[in-house]
Amino acid sequence: MTSLPVDRGAKALGLVIDLDICVGCHACAVICKEWNAGGHAAPLTDTNPYGRDADGVWFNRVHTFEAGAGAESRTVHFPRSCLHCEEPACVTVCPTGASYKRAEDGIVLVDESLCIGCKLCSWACPYGAREYDVDAGVMKKCTLCIDRIYNDNLDEADRVPACVATCPASARHFGDLGDPDSEVSAMVRERGGYDLMAEMGYRPTNKYLPPRPRRDGGGGAGDGAAALEPLGTPEGKFLQWVDRLFSR
Amino acid sequence: MHPAYSIIVFTVASGAGYGVLFALALIAVFATPPGDIWFGLCGFGLALALVSVGLASSALHLGHPERALKAFSQWRSSWLSREGVAAAASYPVAGIFALVWLLGGSGVLLVVPALATAATCIVTVACTGMIYASLKPVRRWHNGWVVPGYLALALMTGALWLGALAHLFGVARPEFAWFGAAAVVVAGLLKLGYWRFIDHDTGGPTAESATGLGALGEVRLLDAPHTSENYLLKEMGYSIARKYARRLRREALWWGFLLPLPSAFAAGLLAPASFATFCALLAAALASAGVLVERWLFFAEARHSVTLYYGARTA
Amino acid sequence: MGQERIDTSPKVADEVRRTTCYQCACRCGIKVHLRDGAIRYIEGDRDHPVNRGVLCAKGSAGIMTAYSPARLTKPLKRVGPRGAGEFEEIEWDEALGIAVGWLAEIRKSDPRRLAFFTGRDQSQALTGWWATQFGTPNYAAHGGFCSVNMAAGGLYTIGGSFWEFGEPDWERTRYFMMFGCAEDHHSNPIKIGLSRLKARGAKFVSVNPIKTGYSAIADEWVGLRPGTDGLLVFALIRELLLADKIDFDYLVRYTNAPWLVIRDAGAADDGLFARDVDGNPLCRDGESGELTNALAAGVTPALVGEADLADGRKAVPVFELMARRCLDDEYAPEAVAPKVGIAPATIRRIAAELAHAAFDEEVTLDVPWTDWAGRRHDKMVGRPVSFHAMRGISAHSNGFHTCRALHVLQMLLGSIDCPGGFRYKPPFPRPIPPAPRPAGKPHDIKPGMPLAGAPLGFVTGPEDLLLAGDGAPMRIDKAFSWEAPLAAHGIMHMVVTNAWKGDPYPIDTLFMFMSNMSWNSTMNTAGVMEMLTDSDASTGQYRIPHIIYADAFYSEMVAYADLVLPDTTYLERYDAISLLDRPISGADGAADSIRQPVIATDRDVRPFQDVLLDIGARLGLPGLVDDHGNPRYPGGYADYIVHHERRPGIGTLAGWRGEDGDSHGRGAPNPRQIERYVENGGYWHEPLPEHMRFFKHANRDYLEYAEHMGFTPKAEPVVFQIYSEVMQKFRLAARGHGAVQPPDEHRARIDTYFDPLPMWYPPFEEAAVKTDDYPLHALTQRPMAMYHSWGSHNAWQRQIHGDNHLYMNRAAAEKLGLADDDWVWVISHHGRVKGRLRLMEGVNADTVWTWNAIAKRRGAWNLAADAEEGTRAFLLNHVISELLPEREDGYRYANSDPVTGQAAWYDLRVRIEKALPAEEGMSAPQFDVLDAPPGLAERPRVLRYGAAFRDKGGAKA
Ligand SMILES: Nc1nc2c(c(=O)[nH]1)N[C@H]1C(S)=C(S)[C@@H](COP(=O)(O)OP(=O)(O)OC[C@H]3O[C@@H](n4cnc5c(=O)[nH]c(N)nc54)[C@H](O)[C@@H]3O)O[C@H]1N2
Ligand SMILES: Nc1nc2c(c(=O)[nH]1)N[C@H]1C(S)=C(S)[C@@H](COP(=O)(O)OP(=O)(O)OC[C@H]3O[C@@H](n4cnc5c(=O)[nH]c(N)nc54)[C@H](O)[C@@H]3O)O[C@H]1N2
Ligand code: SF4
Ligand code: SF4
Ligand code: SF4
Ligand code: SF4
Ligand code: SF4
Ligand SMILES: [Mo]
Repeated sequence: MTSLPVDRGAKALGLVIDLDICVGCHACAVICKEWNAGGHAAPLTDTNPYGRDADGVWFNRVHTFEAGAGAESRTVHFPRSCLHCEEPACVTVCPTGASYKRAEDGIVLVDESLCIGCKLCSWACPYGAREYDVDAGVMKKCTLCIDRIYNDNLDEADRVPACVATCPASARHFGDLGDPDSEVSAMVRERGGYDLMAEMGYRPTNKYLPPRPRRDGGGGAGDGAAALEPLGTPEGKFLQWVDRLFSR
Repeated sequence: MHPAYSIIVFTVASGAGYGVLFALALIAVFATPPGDIWFGLCGFGLALALVSVGLASSALHLGHPERALKAFSQWRSSWLSREGVAAAASYPVAGIFALVWLLGGSGVLLVVPALATAATCIVTVACTGMIYASLKPVRRWHNGWVVPGYLALALMTGALWLGALAHLFGVARPEFAWFGAAAVVVAGLLKLGYWRFIDHDTGGPTAESATGLGALGEVRLLDAPHTSENYLLKEMGYSIARKYARRLRREALWWGFLLPLPSAFAAGLLAPASFATFCALLAAALASAGVLVERWLFFAEARHSVTLYYGARTA
Repeated sequence: MGQERIDTSPKVADEVRRTTCYQCACRCGIKVHLRDGAIRYIEGDRDHPVNRGVLCAKGSAGIMTAYSPARLTKPLKRVGPRGAGEFEEIEWDEALGIAVGWLAEIRKSDPRRLAFFTGRDQSQALTGWWATQFGTPNYAAHGGFCSVNMAAGGLYTIGGSFWEFGEPDWERTRYFMMFGCAEDHHSNPIKIGLSRLKARGAKFVSVNPIKTGYSAIADEWVGLRPGTDGLLVFALIRELLLADKIDFDYLVRYTNAPWLVIRDAGAADDGLFARDVDGNPLCRDGESGELTNALAAGVTPALVGEADLADGRKAVPVFELMARRCLDDEYAPEAVAPKVGIAPATIRRIAAELAHAAFDEEVTLDVPWTDWAGRRHDKMVGRPVSFHAMRGISAHSNGFHTCRALHVLQMLLGSIDCPGGFRYKPPFPRPIPPAPRPAGKPHDIKPGMPLAGAPLGFVTGPEDLLLAGDGAPMRIDKAFSWEAPLAAHGIMHMVVTNAWKGDPYPIDTLFMFMSNMSWNSTMNTAGVMEMLTDSDASTGQYRIPHIIYADAFYSEMVAYADLVLPDTTYLERYDAISLLDRPISGADGAADSIRQPVIATDRDVRPFQDVLLDIGARLGLPGLVDDHGNPRYPGGYADYIVHHERRPGIGTLAGWRGEDGDSHGRGAPNPRQIERYVENGGYWHEPLPEHMRFFKHANRDYLEYAEHMGFTPKAEPVVFQIYSEVMQKFRLAARGHGAVQPPDEHRARIDTYFDPLPMWYPPFEEAAVKTDDYPLHALTQRPMAMYHSWGSHNAWQRQIHGDNHLYMNRAAAEKLGLADDDWVWVISHHGRVKGRLRLMEGVNADTVWTWNAIAKRRGAWNLAADAEEGTRAFLLNHVISELLPEREDGYRYANSDPVTGQAAWYDLRVRIEKALPAEEGMSAPQFDVLDAPPGLAERPRVLRYGAAFRDKGGAKA
């Protein structure tokens, strides 16, 4: 097999990440680490774990950005993992065929037995989604939880990526983005889901849903509420209230 | 990008090696090889040694050097694989060329393998350049200047080293020096052009496009995912202060081009053999030192789009 | 070459055990997947009522806690000077012998000389009971420095509270305002709820000086100046009152708005409720003008207008008093705006939006229910506005009153425990205030005897205070004294300081559990470290003679113990999350749960609860030994959980009681109870029938159920207290009435702050320091991925927060010439710390902040001495004083709320100065590197956790 699979079907499994609701809790990042530490790409090595400059392999990392200035600025939490690109640069660049895209569902994986650890794929990936395991000398990456999503040993309901299952804010969704009728595709359409660095011509499968506009009314009445009309002066209120009678 | 010494040595040494081979091929095609067998032996020896040291050094960079052979498999899509295949192919081709040269062959018998060797040199060095030039996330590599630059610098160092060798064996001819000097000029101009290009290049991805949050205003990183550096940052987040880069560029320019150029001329003009030899060696040594600095900068100045997720405004 | 063949169905586990997470106090249900006895994977339990399948970052990092190299391994006895971390390992028998030796002597002489304080503890039902049996009043958990303002503010006002005792109606609320909450105890449920709420298009407003976390996803961020929420709330109330956007019906039914307050300045009963002969509060019938029992069903009371009492005196309804206060021009939006830092138009708009959601978007459930008077209602009608508040309100010295103001706002909107509003979680609501009263008066304490009651409780007036004959505090932390009369959770942050001073008296043994009191849970950290090691010059003895500490890890506090009792991790022991303690119930039903050991213990450590029961039995404490003096619970804590009864039929766990395990709430102990819990996934959850789910304070069927379950002593409605008579009683005492009066030096303070109506005043530190010298507020926030000090020894969590910065408003910083990554000094009236700066947009311009508890002392937690936590991170606690600046007469009050004693962490005022170039590179202050005690595991340089599972064919075909 070389470069991209020729017999790729339409199925494109991936994630949809809702930036409007992500609170930046890192749950998805740590559960990803936890599941995968003992999973398909085990281990996710940590170096100097209890000292200075601790460093580890993480398939999912949560950034926090601010956009805009002053009180109007927005704080946006931004989880970042492999986007399982339709034309993954990390695959075509790989000299050994270790990096590959699965024909049947589009998941991009590393066959560690072929990997020589040249790191070129990590240079080729625009998103920083490749994770080199210095100790094992091979490249690792988000597997889209390949060892969960089809796993007969798990309950049907658990056959989703660990990060999706755990997200307390339901900001992560998993599905077939190649199927226009899938829930995730619908979500992308409705919410204006977008590609990262689209201008570079990449075709990531994962989509991000933009933060919704704020509802702070710009100072006037907001959210359909009419401004309150003071009925009388503070002193006058007490006379008005005299005949406010309700029974207990 | 992190300037890894293994890769710097790899590209500089193998480039010089292919440059020497290429220069030998030029001699075979356009002139007659000097009769001195030792010159031939040393010339080919130097070329193969440089190439091999380079390739070995590149293997040092690998997590699994013992699996290096697997890298030949993906030549249809991967420039690194192509580079490997071309490099491997260059050995037998150059071997035949060397054999014919050393056995005193001439005419078509010599020219054909020489041309073939020249081609493998060009292809291999071009592939090396393409490894970088093909990487879209690194705009300072993904441009038309990179491959010509690699070719010119390889040729320049190769020509200067072969010229020096010729002086050592007393078979130098002024054309060698002129050729070397010309290569220095071309390579220098290409490098200047490259620097000019990357300094004026705008329009790459931005923190706004990398996050897709541009509609909300200027995007700044508040918190990185982890408080200490990770592989991505160590490998791709290397950045060098502008001031420092300027200084190193000046050094690269002096060592790599401005000083070798008069030395190469001097080697060609000056009669006293020992002084000419000294100048030729100086030119080669200076140029190589300059190219090492240049190559270090080539990595250090390159910026990867992943840095946009770690606080860079543009990449 | 073909595509790699992958085993997409690898075996995950040999066994899955369900238990309760304890990487924080949220107490989610977890499924622990085990392979060969090792933890392969921890995931959220989908069926669990708390987390419904989700797991937070901390919970997922549990594996790294279970195998942390900072785990203690054996009992330790101090051999070097205190605080140096020099220990020798001893056997458990010796350890227990030492403890029993000290404690037996104390108990014989004066049980008060034991101060027993617990931190992140969730077995307060046990520890509090143990303290009672021992006989010391000097017991509390961490609540006093945590959020007692929130708890007490609620319990004295609505019989429940925010905190973890209630929650918004996530499914129905239309408008949700969150005040001062970064994470909450209910980490996962809040996130689940916010997401549901936003998905429905309901509006979420976050009032918080800092725009991170929840505030980042809010539809509106109100970035006010810290400590001014009360003003904002008053301004909102004023706008609603002016526009008559008030649920009068609700006020009359459920609050004391119509109750009459005696107006007789100078009289001993001035400001108390006018009552009839049976003690019922009176109101004035709006139609007849007659005075009548305000509690009677069907009365139609006047809400305003003076009434003439039978004795000729005047009385005024609560509503009128409250309205007069709130309508004052000082609370007009224009008047509060400069202090709060929020535009008047925004305040008005929010008031309008609240009114709109409450009154125009009413929620109706077609669920018939019966009220306390037996009247049937065929619908449940709710006002879908809800509120939640946490330590941004409570960790200020004006937090109690701000919290009360917020509850009054809820009442005016008619949105407490109605569909769409704030909802109680059983066992709440409780009577206002709940029983019992604290024990610890002089006659409650006798050598060799148990305390006459529980050490913590709720006072109802000055006569309930715990005072010595001379009016001095009875408790070492001065809780329930004139300094903090309503200190329902104790005042843990004052224990070390007071014990060191011997004020009000010296103690012998400080016994602590799960509390890092020499570091992140104390104020004045460096000072406290000195107090812990200070000795009396005359005797050469330590001022605090004995310190026993139970921790599971090598925390900073371990180094200060004379005797260390190593605990297990949460995955190695039984625990009970009891309704008698901090419940995990949801609004739709009561719940409790257990922990069970899921991995084998590989060290010579014991569950602390077992140890406590053991010590108690060795001391022969009543209740802990049987009639023959043998241990009553030889099976340890699990035995106790099952067999201990608080009252007949009521025990630690509510589920599966009775001989056969078929009664819930009440019933005889069931020997198979724990097994039943294990079978059910570790928890018990009893959903309320639909008709009991709302108006719990006045819902007859619910109240009867609550009585049956033992949640409340009697099935009586809970009437919300806009006006607090308890507060007025203290005020009267300060004004010279009654048998128990404050000493003169405390009178003015009690008089001022025991206002029976909610009030606002500037936080004390702000009022005491020159604000020009300390122009900025300094706050901490909980990082979602760390739990206080616990995360730093966790290999995964510490990669996320191994270091901290001081965050500052960009424009404000640039004005001072400060830039990102500058090393700066943070200077308060008390001291200074040094750290690095990070500029941001989303923070109030007068505020700086950092993540809580990231910095560690070098050498602690088995981290390398050069780890960032010790060398670059900084701890804000060093600049927070446990005492306020001196008042005129030199007296220094605790840095606390004057009503409850709540630690006022967020009152801190600072200025920022750039560090000199030579000062850059290392945080300050720094202390000696702690030695590692014997027995700690080697720190690996490379951690390959999980590799073993792969080799076993875990993943590859
Ligand atoms: N500046 C500032 N300081 C604060 C706060 C703030 O907001 N700002 N918040 C305050 C608040 S609200 C609180 S509640 C306190 C919390 O402060 P503490 O109550 O001190 O809590 P921790 O530091 O989390 O943990 C205390 C100890 O529990 C130990 N521990 C962990 N697991 C176990 C176990 O299973 N068994 C045993 N025996 N021990 C265990 C840990 O090792 C640690 O030493 O901090 C307070 N301090
Ligand atoms: N992940 C995680 N979860 C935890 C903990 C933890 O350490 N980590 N700790 C647990 C404990 S012990 C507790 S007590 C709870 C605390 O839960 P929270 O109260 O949510 O935690 P804090 O971090 O104290 O958050 C206080 C918030 O109030 C804001 N604030 C400060 N002053 C003001 C003010 O004057 N007005 C307003 N409106 N806001 C203000 C701060 O910016 C901050 O966002 O969390 C619990 N949950
Ligand atoms: S778990 Fe969900 S909310 Fe938390 S950081 Fe990940 S995506 Fe965001
Ligand atoms: S995101 Fe990067 S690693 Fe993932 S498929 Fe695309 S190029 Fe490859
Ligand atoms: S590191 Fe491995 S996967 Fe990546 S390009 Fe090299 S061989 Fe391929
Ligand atoms: S899909 Fe699986 S591997 Fe990928 S980020 Fe989520 S948890 Fe990690
Ligand atoms: S919130 Fe997280 S750490 Fe806390 S109990 Fe739940 S899963 Fe565990
Ligand atoms: Mo707390």
